[in-house]
Amino acid sequence: MNDLIPHLFRTEYRKIVSVLCRRFGFQEIEVAEDIASDTFLTASQSWGIEGVPPNPVGWLYQVAKNKAKNHLRRNTIWQEKIAPDIQDHAPFSGGADIDLSAQNIMDSQLQMMFAICHPAISAESQIALSLRILCGFGIDEIADAFHTSKDTINKRLLRAKEKLREAGIGIEMPEAAQVEVRLEPVLATIYLLFNEGYYSMSKNKALRRDLCLEAMRLCTMLVENPQTNEPQVNALLSLMCFHASRFDARLDDHGELVVIEAQNTDLWNTDLISKGGYFLRNSARGQALSRYHLEAAIAYWHTVQEDTADKWENILQCYNQLLQLHYTPTAALNRTYAFSKVHGKPSAIREAEKLDLKNNHFYELLLGELYTGIDTPKAQAHFHNALALAKSEVEKQAIRKKMVPG
Amino acid sequence: MEEYIVFMRLDLLTKDAQPSPEQMQVYMKQYQDWVGGIAAQNKFAGGKGLATEGRVVTFNDVVTDGPFVEIKESIAGFIIIKAASLDEATELARGCPILKGEGNSVEVRKISAVHPVG
Repeated sequence: MNDLIPHLFRTEYRKIVSVLCRRFGFQEIEVAEDIASDTFLTASQSWGIEGVPPNPVGWLYQVAKNKAKNHLRRNTIWQEKIAPDIQDHAPFSGGADIDLSAQNIMDSQLQMMFAICHPAISAESQIALSLRILCGFGIDEIADAFHTSKDTINKRLLRAKEKLREAGIGIEMPEAAQVEVRLEPVLATIYLLFNEGYYSMSKNKALRRDLCLEAMRLCTMLVENPQTNEPQVNALLSLMCFHASRFDARLDDHGELVVIEAQNTDLWNTDLISKGGYFLRNSARGQALSRYHLEAAIAYWHTVQEDTADKWENILQCYNQLLQLHYTPTAALNRTYAFSKVHGKPSAIREAEKLDLKNNHFYELLLGELYTGIDTPKAQAHFHNALALAKSEVEKQAIRKKMVPG
Repeated sequence: MEEYIVFMRLDLLTKDAQPSPEQMQVYMKQYQDWVGGIAAQNKFAGGKGLATEGRVVTFNDVVTDGPFVEIKESIAGFIIIKAASLDEATELARGCPILKGEGNSVEVRKISAVHPVG
């Protein structure tokens, strides 16, 4: 039972909150969260004494349903006896319509995803709320993922919920014509959630992996729903599959980052690589070319182990197009690295020097790499700059490895 | 940062001047490397290539086929870039690979802001 309740909390909390919240309206999201938390508290007390019931999930749903009915009954009393003047409220029917069927759970979660990823709140609030409500993460886990205190996270969650209420965001699927527009922030949130896990320097390895898996689960839900099974959604899922396939090879036994060229490819997950390929093929429909398409194509080419000219030419062309669609300093740096593979280091140094990325340790690292074998003192100087600018010990270790000893 | 438009002018008429599909592919890569380099500096603001199909309307409502006026060079495409000055914009434009072809040219023009910022 020690493992069962935390496990069920992770998988069922979000479903209960989504269904109840949809039933109560976003105004009462805290009530939905309280009922869900309360359900697990009741479970831990009662299962501790009576043992685990034969159908734990069904048990949780039944208890949550009863608690929700009680809440609605109290509400009805308030409505009928205390506030009879209020006409605009939809009549409560005693809670018989709390629908915890698989279909309604799925629909509620999707709708909740669109509500949480509303542009009315900041990207970081969207991630925090997603982790809490869609992924069932504890406040301390979220604080750990963001390298901040529980207090900060609590405040951030409260403010975000307040803003969503003020904006009158409904828990509903956008209209068909709106889906594409509203998908964008949803995908951006899922992508950020994944990156939070993939590039996080958190010591907690299990948590990093969980963040990535949760992002992939949310994206899978979108792919499985015909309304949201759009090319760019498949592209994003493909991208995450390719990245996740290298999870085991990215860090060595000491927790140090291993660059892709040095990774033990035996540790790459071939199952995830073929899934990545499957969703990449599915993404090739219609005319739209999203940043996720290009990033997935780049990630695909990185699964090609041989250093062929074709590989780097394709990667470079993807980066050229990606930057025209969506500039990021990281893409600019990676493009320059691909450029060096295609056109040689001297031309790449000229390209790199045009980038205005001073005080970026990855930029210094790239210049160090490009000068290696061409101008050793310059290469060392750039590695020194990189070392001074790097923030985490893991990164510093990786840089030291490249420096000439002494 | 101001916006500048770079028009690329090529000879789209003379048959001998037209690239083969293989050459075309090489040119496209060179073009993408040039634009990608500008985008990597976060100085790319947009752009389009233009099809050779088109019409020209002149004085007295005369309509002719093709995007061709009386000179050989026609606008084959344009990109919009962000630069601090006309000099910087020109420097970026100088990398345009079509300039390797004789007779080709690029024209850099500042986009005048209709509603000045601020």
